[in-house]
Amino acid sequence: MVENRPWLDFLAHAILLTGVVLVAFPLYVTFVASTLTYDQIVTVPMPLLPGDQLIENYSQVLRAGSTKGSAAPVSTMLLNSLVMAVCIAVGKIAISILSAFAIVYFRFPLRRFFFWMIFVTLMLPIEVRIIPTFKVASDLNLLDTYAGLTLPLIASATATFLFRQFFLTIPDELAEAARMDGAGPLRFFRDVVLPLSKTNVAALFVILFIFGWNQYLWPLLITGSESMYTVVIGIKRMISMGDAANDWNLIMATAMLALLPPALVVVLMQKWFVKGLVETEK
Amino acid sequence: MAGIRLAGVRKSYQKLEVVHGVDVEIADGEFIVIVGPSGCGKSTLLRMIAGLEQITAGEIAIGGERVNDVEPKDRNIAMVFQNYALYPHMSVYDNMSYGLRIRGMPRGEIRQRVERAAKILELGALLERKPRELSGGQRQRVAMGRAIVREPAAFLFDEPLSNLDAKLRVQMRLEIQKLHRELRTTSIFVTHDQVEAMTLADRMIVMNAGVVEQVGRPIDVYDDPASLFVAGFIGSPAMNFLPGERAGDAVALAGGVRVPLPAELRAAAPAAITVGVRPEHLGPATGEGPEFRFEVETVEALGADSLVHGRCGDSAIVARVDGHAKPQPGSTLTFAAKPGRLYFFDSASGKRLRPAA
Repeated sequence: MVENRPWLDFLAHAILLTGVVLVAFPLYVTFVASTLTYDQIVTVPMPLLPGDQLIENYSQVLRAGSTKGSAAPVSTMLLNSLVMAVCIAVGKIAISILSAFAIVYFRFPLRRFFFWMIFVTLMLPIEVRIIPTFKVASDLNLLDTYAGLTLPLIASATATFLFRQFFLTIPDELAEAARMDGAGPLRFFRDVVLPLSKTNVAALFVILFIFGWNQYLWPLLITGSESMYTVVIGIKRMISMGDAANDWNLIMATAMLALLPPALVVVLMQKWFVKGLVETEK
Repeated sequence: MAGIRLAGVRKSYQKLEVVHGVDVEIADGEFIVIVGPSGCGKSTLLRMIAGLEQITAGEIAIGGERVNDVEPKDRNIAMVFQNYALYPHMSVYDNMSYGLRIRGMPRGEIRQRVERAAKILELGALLERKPRELSGGQRQRVAMGRAIVREPAAFLFDEPLSNLDAKLRVQMRLEIQKLHRELRTTSIFVTHDQVEAMTLADRMIVMNAGVVEQVGRPIDVYDDPASLFVAGFIGSPAMNFLPGERAGDAVALAGGVRVPLPAELRAAAPAAITVGVRPEHLGPATGEGPEFRFEVETVEALGADSLVHGRCGDSAIVARVDGHAKPQPGSTLTFAAKPGRLYFFDSASGKRLRPAA
């Protein structure tokens, strides 16, 4: 342990405070900007105290989007983002936990081969395969649909790998005891493996929800109509012209709205999230 | 309840054979202990009876019915694992009732059975707890409870006591004994601890390197070991072995001692013979029979008795003497074997020399 010295305490606090300011200040500016009128924002210097346009700005973007650039309402975009993030998180977890279960508990020909195939895809980020994936999605008429938005992102080598590592730590005797108790593989999965993976599932859900929510490149390609925009794309579409001509106050309000759901998920699931990362119940 | 029959049971992993043909007949209600050093195949044998391992060759029958290809759940047996294998997220009650719930037994009957088992094992107050809130001994009892509620034809125990501390182990040993007296269910108990084997078994199976060395009642195995291995494995401290050469009608040991061969063994005796004598069968020299003289190296005082260590020729030798006799290290003592307590083994094959039939 480090010794307890006053100046060390001071130094530690100074560093932490600097960090907090560095991270929080841009957020604060965003919030302030979302409560101002357009004219107030473009004055130099921009005011650093919240204005009185909070309700006007937020209800404007939620109902009708920005006045320049894209005019799709942000409430639709938030819904689209939510559907996408939840589908991706749930889909990824469902598929990867099942494939990890198969890899760990079943002996089938070429088991190692398939595991390594899954593992190898870890090294291929979506950007690498984006053009063929787009071609396939468009051939399947998935453009501008939720399925097109989520399906290509659902397969997850990382989550499969994490679940595999976790399953390997479950003692073999547990599976054998379940076999003696008469539980078939699916029953064992439902009654034993799934409850034991609870905290891992929760931690992964948080990570994958944010991953899905923040998707940018893929939604940008796959969505054409405004009704399918996700909120991240929406922000981009609102910035249509040069610096001065955009509704910065409305864009900032949208940014704040885009920020809220992931933050909420992290805050609400924090207990589970930390548990899942640090401990395993055995 | 049922008897279990093993006939020519073998197990190989690819080319490596680990169990080389086991034939044993286990009677209904018998408590059998399979004992042997680690890696002797005893756990593999148990797991084959449980159905957790495929049988490479031979036949296993439970209650007269061949079960080679029967799933573990349909063999009507219950197993207690070394690390208990309790479901960590389920309460004690759920752990014990899980197998019954899967079988679709009515709730009322499940409750009855679990409560009866909980009463036998004194788990009544713990039914709502999770396994992690239990001590090692309590977890062990839950694992046994899970087996009892199934009311199986046979219990299989896979080294169930080796994760417990010494004191608890003795206590659980007594409880298992009591339990078996009450339930009279055929039990097979695997252990590497010869004390557990001696105290629990109706009959024990001594295994070594995938082969059954001897099957018999503990006291018979102790009194009449079939081989060097069994003689050395059963009994604590282990039997003293003194290698020697055949010299006419006697065995000449290193160190000049001559041990006369019993008349009935002379006909078939080989050239190299090992003489065995248990520490507790060495007593003060009486002037009759061969005498073992050795210099005392160390003395282990255990209270009730003391173990005197020394060297006789090239071999280490131990004698058990009264706890109050305190021989000094460095002094020389002379012992004689009690009558009929010398064992003769063929040094080459390790087999006990038997009178020709």
